[in-house]
Amino acid sequence: MEHNNKDHATLAAAFNVDEARVDWHDETLWFVRQKRDKAVHIVPEWEALRETASQIKNNVLSNLHDYLLQFEKNAQQNGITVHWAADDKEHNQIVHSILQQNNINRIVKSKSMLTEECHLNNYLKSVGVDVVDTDLGERIVQLADEAPSHIVLPCIHWKKEEIGELFHQYLGTPKGNADPQFLTGAAREHLREKFLTRRAAITGVNFAVAETGEFVVCTNEGNADMGAHLADVHIACMGIEKIIPLQKHLGVFLRLLTRSATGQPITTYSSHFLQPRKGQTLHIVIVDNGRSRQLGREDFRNSLKCIRCAACFNTCPVYRRSGGHSYHTAIAGPIGSILAPNLDMKDYADLPFASTLCGSCSNVCPVKIDIHQQLYKWRQVLVKDGYAPTAKKIAMQGMASTLASPGIYRFAGKMGRWVIKHFPFMVNNKLNAWYKHRDMPAPPKESFGEWYKKNREKKG
Amino acid sequence: MKAGLFIPCYVDQFYPQVAIATLQLLEKLGVEVVYPPNQTCCGQPMANSGFEHLTKGCDELFVKNFANLDYIVCPSGSCTLHIKEHLHDEHDEAAATGIRKRVYELTEFLVDVLKVEKLDASFPHKVSMHQSCHGQRGLKISQMSELVAAPFSKPGKLLQMVKGVELVQLSRPDECCGFGGTFCVFEEAVSAKMGKDRVADHIDHGTEFITAADMSCLMHMEGILKRQKSKVEVKHIAEILNSQL
Ligand code: SF4
Repeated sequence: MEHNNKDHATLAAAFNVDEARVDWHDETLWFVRQKRDKAVHIVPEWEALRETASQIKNNVLSNLHDYLLQFEKNAQQNGITVHWAADDKEHNQIVHSILQQNNINRIVKSKSMLTEECHLNNYLKSVGVDVVDTDLGERIVQLADEAPSHIVLPCIHWKKEEIGELFHQYLGTPKGNADPQFLTGAAREHLREKFLTRRAAITGVNFAVAETGEFVVCTNEGNADMGAHLADVHIACMGIEKIIPLQKHLGVFLRLLTRSATGQPITTYSSHFLQPRKGQTLHIVIVDNGRSRQLGREDFRNSLKCIRCAACFNTCPVYRRSGGHSYHTAIAGPIGSILAPNLDMKDYADLPFASTLCGSCSNVCPVKIDIHQQLYKWRQVLVKDGYAPTAKKIAMQGMASTLASPGIYRFAGKMGRWVIKHFPFMVNNKLNAWYKHRDMPAPPKESFGEWYKKNREKKG
Repeated sequence: MKAGLFIPCYVDQFYPQVAIATLQLLEKLGVEVVYPPNQTCCGQPMANSGFEHLTKGCDELFVKNFANLDYIVCPSGSCTLHIKEHLHDEHDEAAATGIRKRVYELTEFLVDVLKVEKLDASFPHKVSMHQSCHGQRGLKISQMSELVAAPFSKPGKLLQMVKGVELVQLSRPDECCGFGGTFCVFEEAVSAKMGKDRVADHIDHGTEFITAADMSCLMHMEGILKRQKSKVEVKHIAEILNSQL
């Protein structure tokens, strides 16, 4: 998404102007969390599965170099062309050059958060390539010229009536028709023509198996398959962390992924791509784009275990009430908040603070990423590296020296309950942010310390 | 058994009755309670804001105050968790390590250390439990709805020992109230909305008193209840466990 220089708090405040809409957004996503709960509570070995997945991914991260080379070798033997991209720019150029070599300037693309991260659509548009997103939710946000607000449910912030209106405008459906089944049918027809006529298809990759050189793409709509099976050229884009060592590990990850994501036992389509079919060329673009840097950050490396299920989004009480766009990055939510600062500390210094550190994200995460601990650790890094506002710095210093000295603390307490003015959550009270929606606690006539001195110390 | 009473700064300043209830409750249960008068704060407000490096003074003071006690008991899950995870002292790391192991949130101290099975308390009201995140997910004083694991609740077990308490269930048993330290001012809009939604869940289920093992969450919800002129009140769990007819 384009960076608009507004921070999460500002964008979230704008989202909260329409409270009824916030309630709707919150409840829609809470419903998904509940579906997830139902689907996982009938799997008695759920926690063991999570632990297994976490350990497999830890092993991958510790041996990434070797697994990547193994994957490359096997994929090449299968007839797949493998490309390596150091960053987003190189990724986009590689994709473009493959298209140029095949004289293609109109393509279809199924869901891939990596291509969102690399802003591939914008890039291809700028070089004259027309991209149609074929995931229904992604197509909706694409028509509306927006970025996805959620990595699994890209248009979760759109109401069906609004989608009806959008389709009326772009696809010529009758005005006022917001029947989901009808609209889906209209989209299907619209997309069918694209599938049939476009000669190149881009897909993402959910899992790349080092042992076999195959990769697996999971969708509910089958749109990745439609694209890939009909196109002459299939380009699959993946981050370096998508590797799993053995094919049998899929049994762990496929069980975890969709139960965590939507509460389904498995994705409708979990398609294995092993080799190009006759007459087709198959490319894989393997992208780093900051991942090896994150791998080198001891405290944050295991964020790369993420399988993009979005369970942490759905459970996050802040995400549900601020919307995906308030994170101003391709991958929103709790996981986005620990990935984004790695890409650009300055631009995303706000995100690790967009959390109460409640810890629900870490508990739902199917690969057991300690998300909330990493949010805490990013805060320390960002402040140390100078990304804290000056006013906050001064307030914190004042507070630290008061709290380090019992004498000053007691004196300050007497002076009109110092806390009310200087307590961290009441700092920054230019506009008295606490008071806008909340009454202040009434100051008692004495502190506990004072009470204790009067009532207990004399007796002793 | 000698236990040091660790009272968080905002409880000391705003909710002395919670500290008094904690003290009296522990004494009733036969604990010799010491209150080191020079205590201030655990340092969490700075640390959670990214200023952990400014908490050295706080930490050293904490170690000085609590080093020689068998147990340290605190009526706040959040402050307890902070000490457990982050207390260090470069002059006396052994003492800091000892404290990290001996610090307990009040309800876990009652259930795990004192092994309390009955209480002489009575509170004939409808009560709903707010699961404060740091106590629940950090200290694991109750089971978490995200996990596939057997349910339990240390505060819930204690509340059931209080005569007359009618425990009210919620639609979302363990959603955050949105306080989050500095979050509540820097992310004012989302924080307040979370608080409103949390309070509404309690009210909709007919509660009279919202209780919790953490006063900070209750302070947040109290601020909202008062603004709404609601009859529903907040009460720290120590006050309920210590209450008589
Ligand atoms: S961090 Fe965990 S819960 Fe969040 S999207 Fe990634 S795998 Fe899913």
